[in-house]
Amino acid sequence: MIKSELVQKIADANPHLYQRDVENIVNAILEQVVSALARGDRVELRGFGAFSVKKREARTGRNPRTGKQVDVSEKAVPYFKTGKEMRERLNGQA
Amino acid sequence: MAGKTVTRADLCEAVYQQVGLSRTESAQLVEAVLSEIADCLASGETVKLSSFGSFVVREKGQRVGRNPKTGEEVPIAPRRVMVFKPSSILKNRINGRTGGEGDDD
Repeated sequence: MIKSELVQKIADANPHLYQRDVENIVNAILEQVVSALARGDRVELRGFGAFSVKKREARTGRNPRTGKQVDVSEKAVPYFKTGKEMRERLNGQA
Repeated sequence: MAGKTVTRADLCEAVYQQVGLSRTESAQLVEAVLSEIADCLASGETVKLSSFGSFVVREKGQRVGRNPKTGEEVPIAPRRVMVFKPSSILKNRINGRTGGEGDDD
């Protein structure tokens, strides 16, 4: 499923809303998650999962093609941990 | 790290502020969006949200684990897990950059 299909499904279930509104709703939700992570905050959605940001130290990497050493600077990466209920649903227990 | 935790309530507030529906309806729609995504994943399908990232369901085979406390071997049954692959736009935003170009590891 891609974003437009998600919007379509929600719009079909809510005929009183314009598709445009549903698009704005989905985008507002995603933007909240992104901007929270950009601030370094956590996002916890019970039953679904939690997003957080993890720091990666600077390290010396290698270009796998040439074998040359390259300095990789410190960076932050987004991380998602699946919630308990979601984990159970994936395995047909809920 | 900053320490604040964003929850459903914050997502509802954002929808309320930006879309102009009632608070109750905003909350219902946030829930509808999350459960639509969850249903799709539970059925084993990938969910791709452009400029955000994608959620992919992966099958894990059976393996032998160990109880870290007792050292006892325990079989871990085959199971399904979901992983989140952030888009490069998301990765760049988190590192204080804008746009979707740049390292894509």
